[in-house]
Amino acid sequence: MMRIYRRLTFFIALIGVWAWVAQLKVWDPTLFPSPMQVGQSLWGSILDHSLLDATAVSLRRVLLGYFISMAIGVPLGIMLARNAVLEDTIGALVAGFQSLPSICWLPLALLWFGLNDSAILFVVVMGSLVSITVAVQDGVKNLPPGYVRVARTMGVKPFAMVTQVLLPASLPAILTGAKLGWAYAWRALMSGELLFVSFGLGHSLMMGRELADMSQVMSVMAVIIALGLLTDRAIFGVLESRVRERFGLNGA
Amino acid sequence: MISKLSLQHITRQYVSRTGTTVALDDVSFEVAQGEFLMLVGPSGCGKSTLLAIAAGLDKPDGGTAEMNGKTIAGPGPDRGLVFQDGALFPWLNVQRNVEFGMRQQGLSSQVIRERSQRYLSLVNLSKFSGRYVHELSGGMRQRVAIARALAMEPEVLLMDEPFSALDAITREDLYVELQLILDRTGTTVLFVTHNVREAVTLGDRVILLSPRPGRIQSEFTVDIKRPRHIDDPDVARLAQQISFAMKGGASYYNQEEVDDYDENLS
Repeated sequence: MMRIYRRLTFFIALIGVWAWVAQLKVWDPTLFPSPMQVGQSLWGSILDHSLLDATAVSLRRVLLGYFISMAIGVPLGIMLARNAVLEDTIGALVAGFQSLPSICWLPLALLWFGLNDSAILFVVVMGSLVSITVAVQDGVKNLPPGYVRVARTMGVKPFAMVTQVLLPASLPAILTGAKLGWAYAWRALMSGELLFVSFGLGHSLMMGRELADMSQVMSVMAVIIALGLLTDRAIFGVLESRVRERFGLNGA
Repeated sequence: MISKLSLQHITRQYVSRTGTTVALDDVSFEVAQGEFLMLVGPSGCGKSTLLAIAAGLDKPDGGTAEMNGKTIAGPGPDRGLVFQDGALFPWLNVQRNVEFGMRQQGLSSQVIRERSQRYLSLVNLSKFSGRYVHELSGGMRQRVAIARALAMEPEVLLMDEPFSALDAITREDLYVELQLILDRTGTTVLFVTHNVREAVTLGDRVILLSPRPGRIQSEFTVDIKRPRHIDDPDVARLAQQISFAMKGGASYYNQEEVDDYDENLS
């Protein structure tokens, strides 16, 4: 409880400072809106459904891209960790792509898929797939060797080794990958939406800029932050604490 | 003597950037049906490598490793393995851990249930079948690992310093427990340790290995009535002899020194 109060106090104080600086009118109010203006803009966009529509479009894109990335990234990460040939070939390629910000794929994606959702989806997948794959690969590589050795002496067949030993054993690593992958998917989507006209939250941000409406820009930013915090705490936080408890990683 | 496991003229070397290490140099021994054989030696004598070769997890560079007269090609459920850290699966509860290997073998659920209950009660953990690994003490974990290996009803049990991470009191309880269990199951055991008194307490025979390169230095038959306790005077006497041999015949020693030596070798 203590921590909740501490956080609440901090954020209330932060908004207070913001309101105080804004009313000093050091900068033009259109460039530095007060918390009230941002709140009004937020409320307005909720009332006219534009915020909800934009959020729905963005969430649909990010979820689709994210699930594709998870579906490919988790098995790929396990395969790379277990097979030296794959690790030296595909693994090296993945490591190379990791240093490429996913938005760099946008020009190619636009030429390949055209000005549509597929291009955005491609950028999102390239962003999160790589980080999921690398996190899972690292996790599987760092498993205690005893698990696999004991399993082999118990006559575990290759497929069961993956589904019944490697997969559950690397659950903590998979979760790390899932978390990273989500963050990267979300970032990739926002940069994609900022760069080309397409609805969604990123597009709302650009609209705000073009209309010189900083209140709108800031209200959309607040929504993006809120969504991020919500998924991090409500989904990943709960999953993580369950896995940590099961694996005895809590305490001390 | 019916030989269960037979390792003949085993050599094994490791090549690394810093040079070639000869881990094993022409090591030969046999384990008889129902025998409890101990491999003892300081670190670097290749005892764990020998166990890995018997398990089929490692391959010798030279020599032959056979089980029931057939070359060991890889790991198999006829040889159960117990490690120092147990390597239990944290995502399964105690009962599921014990049942894991049997499920892989496709045994009927009735057999699986019956055996897991039997072996869990054998290691006195029936009450803990629903617990997860992190809820257990170190000694309980090793007992689960032993139950898991025994539940496969292997012909040979391979144990790699299974008690070395435990405190002395828990360890001594497990010595007695293990002797009673094996008395009932009649399983053949190959057991690796650096603790000489542990070797004498548990083994029918003790093979002493010398390090770098790993070779058999000498062999001792333990002719002391079971169940033995680590504090039995006969156990202490033979352990002293073996420690003396291991140190290459130091001119002077006393019991405390031997004890310290046992504790510090790792």
